[in-house]
Amino acid sequence: MRYAIFMVFLILAPALWAQQAVEATIQGGNVRPVPLGLPLFEDQSGNSGDIIDEFREVVAYDLRSTGLFRDLPIESYIAENVRFEVPVQFANWDAIGAEGLLKGSISSEDGNLIVKFRIYDVIAQREMGEGTQLVGPVVDWRRMAHKTADAVYSAFTGEGAYFDSRIVFVSETGPKGERAKQLAIMDTDGANMKTLTDGSALVLAPRWAGNTRDITYTSYESGQPQVVLMNTETGEKAVLDDLPGLAFSPRVSQDGMTMLVSLIDDRGNTDIFSIDTQTGERSQLTTEPSIETAPSFSPDGSQIVFESDRSGNQQLYVMPAEGGDAVRISRGEGRYASPVWSPEGDLIAFTKIEDGQFHIGIMGVDGEDERLITEAFIDEGPSWAPNGRVIVFYRETAGEGGAPKLMSISLTGRNMVEVPTPEFASDPSWSNLLP
Amino acid sequence: MKYFLALALAVFVASCANQNQLGYQGTGGNLPYQGTNYGTSNGGYGTGAEVNEPASEVSAPDLQANFGNTVLFPEDQSFLTAAAKATLDSQALWLSRNNVNVLIEGHADEQGTREYNLALGAKRAAAVRDYLAIKGVPSSRMDVITYGKERPLATCSEESCWSKNRRAVTVVR
Repeated sequence: MRYAIFMVFLILAPALWAQQAVEATIQGGNVRPVPLGLPLFEDQSGNSGDIIDEFREVVAYDLRSTGLFRDLPIESYIAENVRFEVPVQFANWDAIGAEGLLKGSISSEDGNLIVKFRIYDVIAQREMGEGTQLVGPVVDWRRMAHKTADAVYSAFTGEGAYFDSRIVFVSETGPKGERAKQLAIMDTDGANMKTLTDGSALVLAPRWAGNTRDITYTSYESGQPQVVLMNTETGEKAVLDDLPGLAFSPRVSQDGMTMLVSLIDDRGNTDIFSIDTQTGERSQLTTEPSIETAPSFSPDGSQIVFESDRSGNQQLYVMPAEGGDAVRISRGEGRYASPVWSPEGDLIAFTKIEDGQFHIGIMGVDGEDERLITEAFIDEGPSWAPNGRVIVFYRETAGEGGAPKLMSISLTGRNMVEVPTPEFASDPSWSNLLP
Repeated sequence: MKYFLALALAVFVASCANQNQLGYQGTGGNLPYQGTNYGTSNGGYGTGAEVNEPASEVSAPDLQANFGNTVLFPEDQSFLTAAAKATLDSQALWLSRNNVNVLIEGHADEQGTREYNLALGAKRAAAVRDYLAIKGVPSSRMDVITYGKERPLATCSEESCWSKNRRAVTVVR
């Protein structure tokens, strides 16, 4: 599972890739990116010239960001004006060191963009999969570029797509002691950022609410922490203002049927409650006189993982989503927090605090095979990409000038890169793949 | 999607039936001062000056200057230290002579995760409220809120700052 990516490369070109694959398996790093030929798409209707260059750059950026691909510069190409319908001359690409090739065409018609592309294994001299055609409004050209990059990524890695998705997060401005926080959403490459709140009220920890349109988060707009649902397209909000006590840490199951909230009772104690989103019926899932919060649903909604300090410090527990016995899964030294269940259901990502340092880590759902993949002053709040291969989190620097930014990292711990945002940024949540 | 509307509707109906569930909101009466600007921390005794102004003239700065409006907590703990209890004894005395409502804010330092720190701040605020209640301050005059690590008083990333941020602040409303 962990090195499935490299196994696929082996199958593609055993002689070439055997050495790298062995190395990667031992070190879990130092992967040689696949050199890609990425010629400009053919402007088939003769009126898409202004999009052609940007389209290539979006595709190239996505693929580069994985650390698994390297787009060869256009100047080095032997083949000029690559026509979509003309058969590939593999020798031209092999000669410049390309091992993969993407060629395509773009045409526009009545406000729609038609994108066609084919992906090739240059070493094996054959097409990978079938040709693909995308049709959509011109304004969605970036989404079509992301889908094109997703197809290349999936063809070479065998993994699911993830570029065509969005991230909701908290955009932060101002000095450390007086931060203004706004909800914001953006494409995974940082484009199309839009703020959703005006910064006048403290907002925290947004999460996608079972689809790619609605989010839920904690807001102090009323003066006290309350849970809010928001439609990100219309801005429409619903405040859950009938909950008994201060409310925070909302989560919604993938099917949208169940919502979890953490409520602070009269004794100041925090427990996790479940709400039926159809009836509003509420049930208490935890009852210990300790802090229980920060839950995450399993993908099928049958279980939750959450943090509790019932043992004396923060640890991770799994329990049935309708309540029942909780089983502790974290076993190491230190404090464990903000667990998130992977989209494929087999892993838990979490925050760990040990010896004054924060880490992002990964373990099996039974707590086995714990691996810490980052270390910093504060690394917190992991969220899975829709394909379960990449994690986004936030990293905050120390000191009076300390500030947070978003980072992404591969599940293997390779390729940690900053996710660009215009302001400071924290509390990211990665959406499902867009429909 | 359907569930969003269903939930929104459920919430709307429920909120209509529970107009008075908002805790501290609307319980304050005629307060002369909205005490959100509490200044710097003071973990120990104040000056102990005699306080006998009528309630209509008291202010949050008065509480802070004379008795200390802030108590501090050990790392990742919500129990009251001896110093904290001494400060709260003075706060209770002051509150017995000044018929005002207060909001007790619980805070945490940056060494914990965001949502855990909200829960920790709530425990700290509740510890202060419960102690003041034992000392005779009516619970009806006290409300609590947590800010977790969202409102640091001191911004360096060392114990000298963290110790100031692990606090509960009694704010006159």
